[in-house]
Amino acid sequence: MNFTKTIMTTASAALISSAAFAGGHMSMEMTIVSWGGAYSASQLKAYHEPYSAKTGVTILNDDSSSTAVAQLRAMNEANNITWDVVDVEAAPAMQLCDEGLALEIDPDTMLAPAPDGTPASEDFGDMLVSECFIPQIVYSTTFGYRTDLVGDTPPDNVCAVFDTKTYPGKRSLFSVPINQMEWALLCDGVAKSDIYDVLATEEGQDRALAKLDTIKDDVIWVSSGSDTPQLLADGEVIMGATYNGRLFSLIEEQKQPVAMIWDGQVMDLDGWIIPAGLSPERQARALDYVMFATDTQRLADQAKYISYGPARASSAPLVGKHADLGIDMAPHMPTAPENLSRAFLMNYDFWADYRDDLDAKFQAWLAK
Amino acid sequence: MVNSSPNSILLSADGTPLKKSLSRSLRQQKIRALLLISPLLIFILVAFIMPIVSMLSRSVENDLVSQTLPATVSAIQSWDALSGELPDELVYKAFAQDIQNAAKAKVHTKVALRLNYEKSGIASLFKKTARKAKKWDIETDGPFKEKLIKVHKGWGEVEVWQTIKTHSPRYTSGYFLNAVDMRKTVEGADFQPEDKTILIKLFQRTLIMSLIITFSCILLGYPVAWLLANLPMRQANLLMILVLLPFWTSLLVRTSAWKVMLQQQGVINDILVQLSLVSDDARLIMINNEIGTIVAMTHILLPFMILPMYSVMQTIPPSYLRAAKSLGATNWTAFWRVYFPQSIPGIGAGSILVFILAIGYYITPEIVGGTKGVFISNRIAYHILKSLNWGLAAALGTILLVAVLILYWTYDKIVGIDNVKLGG
Repeated sequence: MNFTKTIMTTASAALISSAAFAGGHMSMEMTIVSWGGAYSASQLKAYHEPYSAKTGVTILNDDSSSTAVAQLRAMNEANNITWDVVDVEAAPAMQLCDEGLALEIDPDTMLAPAPDGTPASEDFGDMLVSECFIPQIVYSTTFGYRTDLVGDTPPDNVCAVFDTKTYPGKRSLFSVPINQMEWALLCDGVAKSDIYDVLATEEGQDRALAKLDTIKDDVIWVSSGSDTPQLLADGEVIMGATYNGRLFSLIEEQKQPVAMIWDGQVMDLDGWIIPAGLSPERQARALDYVMFATDTQRLADQAKYISYGPARASSAPLVGKHADLGIDMAPHMPTAPENLSRAFLMNYDFWADYRDDLDAKFQAWLAK
Repeated sequence: MVNSSPNSILLSADGTPLKKSLSRSLRQQKIRALLLISPLLIFILVAFIMPIVSMLSRSVENDLVSQTLPATVSAIQSWDALSGELPDELVYKAFAQDIQNAAKAKVHTKVALRLNYEKSGIASLFKKTARKAKKWDIETDGPFKEKLIKVHKGWGEVEVWQTIKTHSPRYTSGYFLNAVDMRKTVEGADFQPEDKTILIKLFQRTLIMSLIITFSCILLGYPVAWLLANLPMRQANLLMILVLLPFWTSLLVRTSAWKVMLQQQGVINDILVQLSLVSDDARLIMINNEIGTIVAMTHILLPFMILPMYSVMQTIPPSYLRAAKSLGATNWTAFWRVYFPQSIPGIGAGSILVFILAIGYYITPEIVGGTKGVFISNRIAYHILKSLNWGLAAALGTILLVAVLILYWTYDKIVGIDNVKLGG
């Protein structure tokens, strides 16, 4: 119902703006959807401001990425797309692409080549997980811990989360099965390569829940990425899971006594999609924007503001120092070699199949 | 002027029969009244009733399957789903045709997602098959039974076909069954396995906690409303501002403030530890559970209880209490037998407001409720925004709406809706 209302109110605005700029071949105003917070701020500095300065386009920000698929579906049903460029993770991008809600992208003609002339398709390489997805960054979900509350042997392994003897105290985990089930199996002795095979079986799912049972009373279950940094800062938990960029800002910008466990970090991608069905002038503008915002320099620039790894191979050498703090950003990236070696790769296809089923089980288990 | 003999008709001044003239003027009045309220009426119809009806109708609509897989749905009807055998080549061929068309039109993932709610694995099964099926020639590439099973062994499972057949009708009771922890199977309605039952529990929790919140609001609000009604004007105004102040503060700010107050390293626990009432390693857990939700929501909903109570209490003349006392009643008797009965309409109005608001609350339980203090609305939001199972969300919403209407009706039967007053 909310969507309908939003759509109705924005309908007139969109009509007016599209009518006003129908004369030119590119719209002069665009709505960009992202996650808000420090992440949107880094995009504002690295992409939006230079783009507006170059072209004079007014950029409107909408922090709705966490519900982008639902909203794009509703917009599509109402036949009125009000977004021009949308920031989403890899899995929703695949889903939007499969449903025909996102524009298919040809990387070599629609995206900028690397400075040395390498075509975009090679520069992005494996990151191009869907025909509609324009990758920006690699991020990870991982653990941070309070250096002053864990005793003399700081944890170096993700399984410290399950070790309440050595590290007594509360820990925070997300109240969804994704990631928590994998970590549980990993720490129950399942090899990284077998985790999704085990998790596809009834016994494997019970096994993961049984492992989580051992720490259930020591966990504060959170639903948003901003919860764990707050809980860590207040000393409510001794360790907790969130996105690595949030932990970076807690540690380096806010100087909290917190350190990171890179072991068992679950890597994921984030990038742009362009909604299908935009008017020609809006689509031209959106394409022009992503061509600019995902070139080698721009992606490297974003890493000045937040510790997420640029998705282009050619951007990595250009990653420099933090814009305000002046510290070297490269070691803080999930893609830094020593961090990468201990990472865990999420299986998108598995979760597309099992999310609904496992979520029902997980919620029932949580409520027990 | 008017002929009063019993046989003649009453005439008005201009000679038309009075009855006719009266009804004409009444009709004109009605039309004028209707025209006056029509902007609001149309607005409510378009912006409120229509979206609700269209959303709720999704709880039974199921035309996605028969629209996307029309040939399969008609071919599969003759297959005996309980025989334990796979359907024959006709069904497989029809499916190959359907999935090819669906893949070209990019609608196969939607139906895959729909069926994946019922059986895990169908999402990838459809996706993989659709990729291959795009290249097939339906006339010459058969037989498709072997071909499909070769693409994915899932097509050799009877259960997959049973799922398609069970969920092929245009209208389904499946979402409503899911909403009460049951499921639609080929043999009829069945209970969900125990490790997946959650929704009934959440409905119960929502009702019980909303009742607790309503009673806490009555207990806390009654004395405040009494003070408001009985203090001299100056103090009462100041108190009124204090009651209204939370209304002017963002809901999110107030909820987050409770986080700071209630958490284990929070203000209340710190004070208790300093007073040595609680030892440092046994700090109270008051947030991310039921207590957090009840405390925060009671605080947020309190003004909705106080204001109707206050406006009713203001109309109770203080002389009644004095009269009771002068006739020999104790303070308690005077209050309980004279004052309280007259304030019940205010309690009734406040309770209905608070209860109905509480039952659909979403954001506060999400922030302070942890896992034990969340409501059914949090699940509805999950299905609308994350799992995209709008049918189930609509079914849950319909049940919630009906539950509220039934409660309202019982309330009307027991207390009487005439006994509810929002003001003098």
